[in-house]
Amino acid sequence: MPMRAKVASSVSRTAAALSRAAGRGDGSVIGGWIGLKIDPDLLAHLSAGRAIALVSGTNGKTTTTRLTTAAVGVLGRVASNAFGANMPTGHTSALAKAGSTPYAVLEVDEHYLAQVLEATEPHAVALLNLSRDQLDRAKEVAMMAQLWRAALVRHPRVRVVANADDPMVVWAASPPADPAQGHVPPHVTWFSAGQRWHDDSWVCPECGSTIQRSGGQWWCTGCPLRRPEPQWTVEDDGVLDPTGAWHKIQLQLPGTVNLGNAATALAVAAEFGVRPVDAVSRLGTVTSVAGRYAQVDRDGRNVRLLLAKNPASWLEAFDMADVAPTLLSINARDPDGLDTSWLFDVDFSPLAGRQVLITGDRAYDLAVRLDVNGVPFRHVRTFDEAVRAVPPGRLEVIANYTAFQDIRAELDRVN
Amino acid sequence: MSTESLRIVWVYPDLLSTYGDRGNALILARRAQLRGMPVEMLEVRSDQRLPAAADIYLIGGGEDGPQALGAQRLLADGGLHRAVAQGSVVFGVCAGYQLLGTSFFAKGTRCAGLELLDFSSDRGPTRAVGELAGEVDPRLGIPHLSGFENHGGRTHLGPGVSPLARVTAGVGNDGTTEGAWRGKLLGTYSHGPALARNPDLADLLLRWATGIHQLPPLDDTWADRLRSERRSAVAAAARA
Repeated sequence: MPMRAKVASSVSRTAAALSRAAGRGDGSVIGGWIGLKIDPDLLAHLSAGRAIALVSGTNGKTTTTRLTTAAVGVLGRVASNAFGANMPTGHTSALAKAGSTPYAVLEVDEHYLAQVLEATEPHAVALLNLSRDQLDRAKEVAMMAQLWRAALVRHPRVRVVANADDPMVVWAASPPADPAQGHVPPHVTWFSAGQRWHDDSWVCPECGSTIQRSGGQWWCTGCPLRRPEPQWTVEDDGVLDPTGAWHKIQLQLPGTVNLGNAATALAVAAEFGVRPVDAVSRLGTVTSVAGRYAQVDRDGRNVRLLLAKNPASWLEAFDMADVAPTLLSINARDPDGLDTSWLFDVDFSPLAGRQVLITGDRAYDLAVRLDVNGVPFRHVRTFDEAVRAVPPGRLEVIANYTAFQDIRAELDRVN
Repeated sequence: MSTESLRIVWVYPDLLSTYGDRGNALILARRAQLRGMPVEMLEVRSDQRLPAAADIYLIGGGEDGPQALGAQRLLADGGLHRAVAQGSVVFGVCAGYQLLGTSFFAKGTRCAGLELLDFSSDRGPTRAVGELAGEVDPRLGIPHLSGFENHGGRTHLGPGVSPLARVTAGVGNDGTTEGAWRGKLLGTYSHGPALARNPDLADLLLRWATGIHQLPPLDDTWADRLRSERRSAVAAAARA
């Protein structure tokens, strides 16, 4: 590593440690920010010599990154930005802090995928899904797919592990090969992680025709784009690998969506030579992910935290949650997006019949939505009021980003 | 109403549904049903013919490509024009509002609109993103407009339409006026589920569609709280 990078890396680690010691955060961003100021190529320097996997998509990034880190850990030490700081500053901090490791698994904000591909020259990249998220500032889905596609054209050697169930991902992962330009089609391994949310992929990104779906398959009615045959699939409570061998998956994380994330993790780890049979037991060691799925006992209630940031992830959260009293909390601060319109893209009717409590800065937006949905609810002002309002037993908490962090803070920043 | 039930058509949800636009259909249906009116909801995709015999047509928001395509298909289909000629109600939001005019800009070119309302839209110097509020044309008899806008367009009203509201926060058409209406056609830059924050606007559309001038009142406690909270937030932001 060049001297400038060494200094930058050391200063970055110190700043992160200071930030943590001062109680200003977990230091996962500030260190990288300072390091990159001293050496703009620091991320590239810190990446050199490591075999890296990137994990990107709208939903499931943090959990899949954690599961992949566990799986690749079969081979040796793995650096990772485990706390969801998923922009280049977070990657820089994570790699500087980890010191020398043979492997790294990095969660990447979907807007930064091209930049991080460039800086880290990864061995593999996992593309999970693309759906609407914070439209008041984020790019629309089709534009994001286009950015991914253009980035993959520039990195034909990276091994792509992509979700066969999401038409936008499939299109992004299948850029046209142009032999005249020396472009070869990327090597893609397809997995099937299921997709409950379809409302961002009715229109073909290639030709604009309607996409049809039936029995898990999908195809464009106007061009050859269709669901590729996946090599990794979820079957019952396990994962089928490309050889046809079935591996039982025992996760401590709820929901079929996490079985899909486990399949993805095994597929990515396989790109590094990890045999699924060696990795499956390690997946079961992941209990909660930066507070997601954490369970805390409070006054005889078992509180479980579920993060849901956009329509697709709300649908998954309803599937994960037990039929139990449920607290919903909605904010619309900067990290959440200022626009609450998406609440009407979520069908809350699965909650009918459960005791529903609502809170958060934008509880009234949620109240109007639930009213239209015919789901009875009660508005509470504080987390304590919610806990007191439900009987002893499970309390499911589903919250969007800053609302989730607020409740996590109430629970002593549980991880 | 055209038949026994109130027929609501959601126009091209495959193209024009970006920001919870479904909300407007859900709210109209709910408010009609709570008053004992049966509702027939039709979601008409862009590869289907648009029925001309419905009571209310909802056109939602969308990005440039889908907006241009939606306008082309509506022009070719002709169903919406026939419906308007028969006195149907049309409610357009954001991109769906723009395409009711004579022309709009999408992907850097001027596109032909449906020419159902006398206005044209072009690109503004900045994107308008944030809370939108305004005092509604008193002839419509409804309280202030509350919404969220996210668009790059500016809309220039001709003499054949009236502005929906005078802007008190945000940009709307041009920083002064917001939205437009004439007869039973109404459009607004308040995007997505605009009717969630404006139940009286929802009832106005229902009155136009049914011809019933006195609809039984509904319990709008939560919408009223939401409106007053948003009004306070807008006022606080203006002071800051």
